[in-house]
Amino acid sequence: MSQRQPRAVALISGGLDSMLAARAILDQGVHVEGLNFYTGFCVEGHTHAVRDKDRARPKRNNALWVAEQLGIKLHIIDTVEEYKDVVINPRHGYGQFMNPCLDCKGFMVGKARQWMDANDFDFIITGEVIGQRPKSQLKRTMPVIAQESGANDRLLRPLCARLLEPTLPEREGWVDRERLFDWSGRSRKPQMELAERFGLDDYAQPAGGCCFLTDPSYSRKLQDLWKARGERRYELDDIMLLKMGRHLRPRPHFKLIVSREDGENRFMHGYRRQFTHLVPTSHGGPLALLDGDAGAEDLELAARLVARFSQGRDAERVRVAVTEKGGEPRELDVAPMAADDVPQEWYVG
Amino acid sequence: MLAEPVIVDARGLLCPMPVIRVQDAIAGMSPGAEVHLLATDPGVQADVPAWCRVHGHRVEAVLEEGDTLRVCIRVRD
Ligand code: SF4
Repeated sequence: MSQRQPRAVALISGGLDSMLAARAILDQGVHVEGLNFYTGFCVEGHTHAVRDKDRARPKRNNALWVAEQLGIKLHIIDTVEEYKDVVINPRHGYGQFMNPCLDCKGFMVGKARQWMDANDFDFIITGEVIGQRPKSQLKRTMPVIAQESGANDRLLRPLCARLLEPTLPEREGWVDRERLFDWSGRSRKPQMELAERFGLDDYAQPAGGCCFLTDPSYSRKLQDLWKARGERRYELDDIMLLKMGRHLRPRPHFKLIVSREDGENRFMHGYRRQFTHLVPTSHGGPLALLDGDAGAEDLELAARLVARFSQGRDAERVRVAVTEKGGEPRELDVAPMAADDVPQEWYVG
Repeated sequence: MLAEPVIVDARGLLCPMPVIRVQDAIAGMSPGAEVHLLATDPGVQADVPAWCRVHGHRVEAVLEEGDTLRVCIRVRD
């Protein structure tokens, strides 16, 4: 290699570990740019902020925030379509919930390798720490990710590099191995200390993981979706809507997504033309989207359920406007369902 | 004569898709060119300027047009 400055592409999730890894390599005089992958499942500040109760939280994209703190460029890559295969057919299976972490890591590092090749970069860095996560960050899985992604020894994990075989950037002297780390285990203490040393604060600390697939309730909703459809497939709209509202499946062939408050109501409003939808007219109440096929009896049942979540829940009768997909609204006059009549099993998630 | 701005229509998309659309459009544009992003997700008010800052592009205005936000961006020289 010529004397040009080495160039590294860093996977930036928006969390602390990938931020520290990138910073450690920047400090060694390497040119670093960040990649962030949008899968549709990402825990995103704005998706949370749809809900009114979360509106006070700062609405920032954490990966962009990290890039700004580090003074690096960040490229956000839309992987929604390609990522479906990772979620639907993970070769290494799922973690505790529907999170295919090992396949996901291999996929992302593989995308980073393609980007590295196309943009004439030299190596890839991630914020992985051995033993940090139960399945995807074990010493024996580290080479799996390196091999399956095709990155091989151009994949450097600065936070645990000294526990692993030296990689190409270390052997070539692009980075000094002695200034890398040897962290392992679940403790967050070394990360906190290094963050403090770098003067970094206000970083995001997602509980559990970087995406909704580590969320038990979300995972149950995804499994329910596949079961009801009789096949494992999804569209972006499906997985966005799994983040919203109460999901109730009173019959195997349809479910209702009932908004919980104004923010969700506004968001779901944008989807109403794609679904049969219901909204109370005689009383204040939520918008509900009906996913599946519903006959006349099903619509009556759905209307009674929606009435149960309206301000008319204690009234004798509630009028509910029902608009079938592509049709005109018509009103049903129904008795709201009593809370006790809604079986717990109808709630999905 | 000044070239017309390139319009990137990301109405109805949630962040970060509007940012990705802007990024992909700018990748093929000349320095100094102008992009107008149309979006409905209020998140763009934070994310697009942040993305522009890290890439050196300039947000010249954010206009509210009914339910639509128009973000006017000048590609870096
Ligand atoms: S938590 Fe989600 S984004 Fe993170 S590695 Fe696992 S599957 Fe991938």
